[in-house]
Amino acid sequence: MSEVTKKFMYINRKAPYGTIYAWEALEVILIGAAFEQDVSVTFMDDGVYQLMKGQDTTGIGMKNFSPTYAALGDFEITKIYVEKESLEERGLSLDDLQHLVWEDEDEDWAEKDSIRLVSRAELADVLADQDVLFNF
Amino acid sequence: MAMLHVVNKSPYDARNLDTASSIMKSDDSLLLIEDGVYGAVKKGKAASLLGGHKVSVLGPDLAARGISEDKLIDGVEVIDYAGFVDLVEANDKVQSWL
Amino acid sequence: MKLTIQVNEGPYQHQSADTAYYFTKAALEKGHEIFRVFFYHDGVNNGTRLTTPPQDDRNIVKRWSDLAKEHDLDMVLCVAAAQRRGIVDDGEAERNGKDATNIAEGFRISGLGQLVEGGIQSDRLVVFGD
Repeated sequence: MSEVTKKFMYINRKAPYGTIYAWEALEVILIGAAFEQDVSVTFMDDGVYQLMKGQDTTGIGMKNFSPTYAALGDFEITKIYVEKESLEERGLSLDDLQHLVWEDEDEDWAEKDSIRLVSRAELADVLADQDVLFNF
Repeated sequence: MAMLHVVNKSPYDARNLDTASSIMKSDDSLLLIEDGVYGAVKKGKAASLLGGHKVSVLGPDLAARGISEDKLIDGVEVIDYAGFVDLVEANDKVQSWL
Repeated sequence: MKLTIQVNEGPYQHQSADTAYYFTKAALEKGHEIFRVFFYHDGVNNGTRLTTPPQDDRNIVKRWSDLAKEHDLDMVLCVAAAQRRGIVDDGEAERNGKDATNIAEGFRISGLGQLVEGGIQSDRLVVFGD
């Protein structure tokens, strides 16, 4: 769709359901996938809560959109950065989060982890390397 | 590649300035706008977060909030919206810590 | 410099709609190009024709419309966000069976692809929000 390829980073820093940002950010990520850019997604600060397993929204009457994260791999979004400090200060570990994977067609569709656990310092380097930063 | 970090929330209300100042690299710049300008008031606890960084503050937001420039920590540059545009141009990209 | 501006909040509730406006205006005055102003989340509420702000206060919607007219700006309201929040143009009214439209002058409703395209085509993306 475009001759230019830029490094796009979508940054998620807000918890789900309390506000709409988490869901509407996902909508941008999914639509953006069609534009064949070099896409990465970051979850940091309260954004890490978006990936928690076992979300059941029946009691609050909202659509549970958490299954959508598992589909990111199908949209060729394979670089998902989760910030270590954000998890730790919230008493969470990767075990509390969904296990997100993508299938590498160059390696016989082998399933690979999409989530890269990074420290804040490592994340700073990742962000510095991007061309466009989206925030919600 | 240097980044412009923009913080628009008071550091006494939200942790955005905390996050921004701890992730900033040495070549990066920080711009405080809207309620973020409270972070630059000297003697405020948050002022210590700004040490060692290149910090600018949006003048119109200071004036609106009754913060005279003599109340700011040293080394902070007060700019206007035109200066904001210049900062965006001078850096490779903008990170809005919403 | 070619800029895309993203506005995430509605008029009056947050200062972001104001800051975005003053930034955009300053950029234009300096001779920069605004590729697009994209309104997302509650930002789509900047595009309703029906506000009646107090006489002694700024008219945020009209200010955007005037700026768009003066500089031929492309101001886009995200269709999904607009549907959710009830900002309607003729096309949307017809498609979704609404009995009225309320979109302000100078705005158009379109897809999220417009924001993504802005990111690709511009030199800088600047996001204003909460």
